[in-house]
Parts: sequence; structure tokens; C-alpha cells
Amino acid sequence: MSRIPTENRYTKDHEWVRISGDMAIVGITDYAQEALGEIVFVELPPVGEYFDAHEEIANIESVKAASAIYNPVAGTVLAVNEELDGSPELVNTDSYANYLYHLKDFRIADLDSLMDATGYEAYLKTLA
Amino acid sequence: MNPYIPHTDEDRRRMLQAIGVESMEELFSDIPADIKPRTGLPLAGALSEEEVLRNLKALANRNYRGVCFLGAGSYDRLIPATVKALGALPAFVTAYTPYQPEISQGLLQAIFEYQTIVCELTGMEVSNASLYDGHSAAAEAAALCLGYKRKSSVVLVSSTLHPFTLQVLDTWAMGTGFTLERIPEKASLCDLSQLSARLRPEVAGVLLQSPNRYGFIEDYTGIATLVHAQNSLLAISSDPLSLALQKTPGEWEADIAIGDTQPLGLPCAFGGPGCGYMAVQKDLMRRIPGRIVGQTVDSKGQRAFVLTLQAREQHIKRERATSNICSNQALAALTTCIHVSLVGWSGMVEAARQSQDKAHYLAEGLAGLPGIQLPADTPFWCEFPIGFAKKETMERLLSALKKAGILGGVRLGALTGESRDEAVLLVAVTEKRTREELDAYIAVARRVLE
Repeated sequence: MSRIPTENRYTKDHEWVRISGDMAIVGITDYAQEALGEIVFVELPPVGEYFDAHEEIANIESVKAASAIYNPVAGTVLAVNEELDGSPELVNTDSYANYLYHLKDFRIADLDSLMDATGYEAYLKTLA
Repeated sequence: MNPYIPHTDEDRRRMLQAIGVESMEELFSDIPADIKPRTGLPLAGALSEEEVLRNLKALANRNYRGVCFLGAGSYDRLIPATVKALGALPAFVTAYTPYQPEISQGLLQAIFEYQTIVCELTGMEVSNASLYDGHSAAAEAAALCLGYKRKSSVVLVSSTLHPFTLQVLDTWAMGTGFTLERIPEKASLCDLSQLSARLRPEVAGVLLQSPNRYGFIEDYTGIATLVHAQNSLLAISSDPLSLALQKTPGEWEADIAIGDTQPLGLPCAFGGPGCGYMAVQKDLMRRIPGRIVGQTVDSKGQRAFVLTLQAREQHIKRERATSNICSNQALAALTTCIHVSLVGWSGMVEAARQSQDKAHYLAEGLAGLPGIQLPADTPFWCEFPIGFAKKETMERLLSALKKAGILGGVRLGALTGESRDEAVLLVAVTEKRTREELDAYIAVARRVLE
């Protein structure tokens, strides 16, 4: 049973986003890291660049696949998780503590179309 | 271990019987009658082995053999006999892609060493396991640039790239929405002042070639700095043997080094196979197409080699693949590895130097003859263009050379289709040419032109 923290919002592509002050934190869900398998490389976006919602913003490579990560809310990249450079497997260990990137000046309205924890849990059941 | 086990009629009869079928034709009974050929295939019928040999020999004898001064991307160079002998080993010739490392350590190690050779030659940090040929390697380099720089759509390509490279780039670009913008040439060199004028945010990268299509060496001083200031990438295509003497792409601070390893151990063979090389600096390692052989340890801690970083390919990235390459030129790359291992660095420098000296000897011997123009001050390595006042003169010379058993050069016009090239002959001189051959060329030219 995958973890789904209640403070996050979720996308159909298994990204999560959490607002912290005027910053949006983005990562992938427990379900996603499980499905990907052992992650060997994380390609993160350049700091300072603006990405729209649904735009491909990052790439995660596991032993079996290379997966695109789509930005949940429009915004400008404030910072990326540099620890993932040397230790990409941290995303497997805890995909909620080990975020991918932070956004600033994000479009708060984009959150409305995202699922809450209950909604995401129900969504996962439809995938089984 | 060379089994040769042909089927006999008895074998065929027993196999058909085992599966309950009367004849070979019955195996094709599922194919609708209206698309099956009604009469047999239009083949002349079986010949004996001797008849086939005579047939093929007669065809082969229609080829004209001459002392080869042809170049334009395919060069007649000295290849030690051992290269062919080792490359023809059944284990190498019949090997498929080494997906199973446990039974492919020999081939994987050889490709790893090929990659190392490419890195040392080009001054770059990472090489892939090879591509189809130098021309498609240029298309892959363009793709890499466009994938790397966000919101880019243009690649600047030098007009002095090999004509086939430009053709392949155009074919590749068709339907992609990307634009290949030609940098014009000036005095047979890439007009680098035009290059800097064209750099702008949409430009993903720049493709240059030295020695260029005419054999001239280009000077890229300051170019990398200009290109990088725009966050674009610089790709340089080079004859790999030329890198034994000229500045490497790494020294020019290029991001991508590409070319064809045909001059290193592969025969001309009517134009192929070639073997494309591509090498990059470490930060682009994950953007390189094809696959890379990596070194690791097995479960017992012993050194082992495996195919790694295949994650660019269609079977992994599917519709998001940035390249359609899912293989390499394994046997050709292996052959290059064997050749370079045998001749060594000193052998390559010797071959490059002799090529240079012999080409300049020939050029000097021809200089001053009426009706032709040879390069004045533009530096070249082992290939140079001869400009004729009249195309008819060029044809007369080629004809006389052919009668003397010499293939005099490549008609540039035949490659480019441009009228301004129709009286230009590209002459390549390699380490394989002797003084006698060079003097014979000069003697014929004197007779024809004076």
C-alpha cells in the first residue's frame, strides 16, 4: 500500500506538490518510485527557468525506463535537490522527503485541478 | 569451430514428415492465392559452384583497378593484413549485439577499447559505441544540440561540410520543424565571421568540419567561446587520422566530436561500411545517442564490461526517444580498434605525416602547370582541390591518367551538383602512395597540360 501524505496535492502522472510559504515543492509519489524501480539518474531543470503547468520539466531514469516528469503548477524554478546528483536512489528511499525541485511565483489556481490525498488514493485503485 | 551442415533432400523429407506436411509449397498455403506469384520466380536456375565463380569473376573483372587518388570521405590507406584476419574471426563476424555480457566479454572489451581510442584521438571524455557513419553522426549531433537547448530550433551548418553530410542533414531535418541554416563559405573555408553574426537564442548548435570538404584545414580560434556565450553547442567533424597532426575537437573546446573511422582500418569497399564516431564531454554523456560500453565488476569482483546507458533508445524512451539509433557498427568499430592497436600511436602519426608530405609533393609537382589552379596559401593536410580553367581539360587529364593506370581524383561537381564545382577535382594522397606513383601522376599531367 503506497504512502499518500495528506498535506500534498497529486497529479494523474504521479507528481505531488506542497505549498510552503511562497514556495511550491514538487516530487514524485511513493507509487511512482515503486513502479520505476531502482532510480539511477535524475535530470533536474535549470534554476531560474519558467515552466508552464503540464510542461515536461524533469526526467527520471531507472534501470528499466526513462520517465518524464510534468510540472504540476506553472512557476519559476527556485532550486533543485542537488543531493540527487550523487544519490538518485534517495527518491526510492523516501520520495516525499526527497523532493525534486522548488518553484517560486507559482500559479496558485493550478492547484485547483489537482487531486487531494483521498482523490489520489481512489485514482490509484482504478489503476490496479 | 566452423560447422558446415547443409540440408540434404532426406533431411528435408524427414522434417516435412515430422510436421505432417507434404511439400515446401504447402508451408505457404496460408498466403492468399491472388497475391502468390503464379509462375516461379524469374531466376535463371541453379548453377554449379564453378559456373557461379566464373560468372562472378567476369563481373569483378569489369571493375577498373587503378592507383587510387580518390578521397572525398573514403581513403585508400595501408591496413596490416592482421586486421582483416582478426576481424574475420567467426566469433566476431557472426556476433549479434552483446546484450548478454556473460557470453560477450571479448567483443564488449574491444568496443570499450574502441571508445577509449576515440576519446584519446578527439580529446573528449566520453565516446559511444559507434554510429552508422560519419554523415549520420552529424545528424545525431544536430539532434543532440536541439534536445539540449530549450526552445531552440536552428542548427548552423557550415557550407564546407562534406556534401553527403549536408544531404543527410537535410533528409533528417525533413518534417521535424527544425531549420538547418548554412554558414556560407569564403575562399573555400567556412566564413566564420558569418557564423558569429548568425548566433542567436534559437540556435541550438553549430556544425563545422576540418579538414573540410576541399581538404583545407579550418581555424576555430575563439569560436567555442562565441558559441558557448549563446548557450549553444559546438560540434566538429574530423577525419580521425588527421587528429594525429591537427588540433583536436577537445583542444578547440568543442562539445561534440564526430566523424567516420573508415580511414582507420576499413577498406574503401565501394563506399562502405563506414563507422561513425561520436564523443562528447562528460556533461553531455546522457544525451549521446546509441549505446556505451561500460566497465564494472561482476558478482565475484572481477572486471567486466557491459552495454550501459542505452536509455536513449526507442525501446526505452519510446515515442520520446530523441534518436532512432538502436545499434552500432560493432564489426567496423572492432576493426578500427584492431587496426589502431596494431599500428599504434606512432604508426598513426607516421601515416598522417606521410600523407601530408606526399600530398604536398604532388601539389608542388603540379603547381605552375598551365590551365590549372592549386591551393596557394590555404593549408591542407592530404587532400586538395585542383581547379581547371575548362572542364574539358579536367576530363582529358582524368582520361590520360586512367590509361596510365591511375584514378586521378573525385569530380567535386559529381558530389555537389553545383555548376561552380564542375571543373574542380579533389585529389587525395595517402601514406600508401609511392614516389613512383606520384611522379607518374605528375608526368602524365605535364604531358596533357603543357
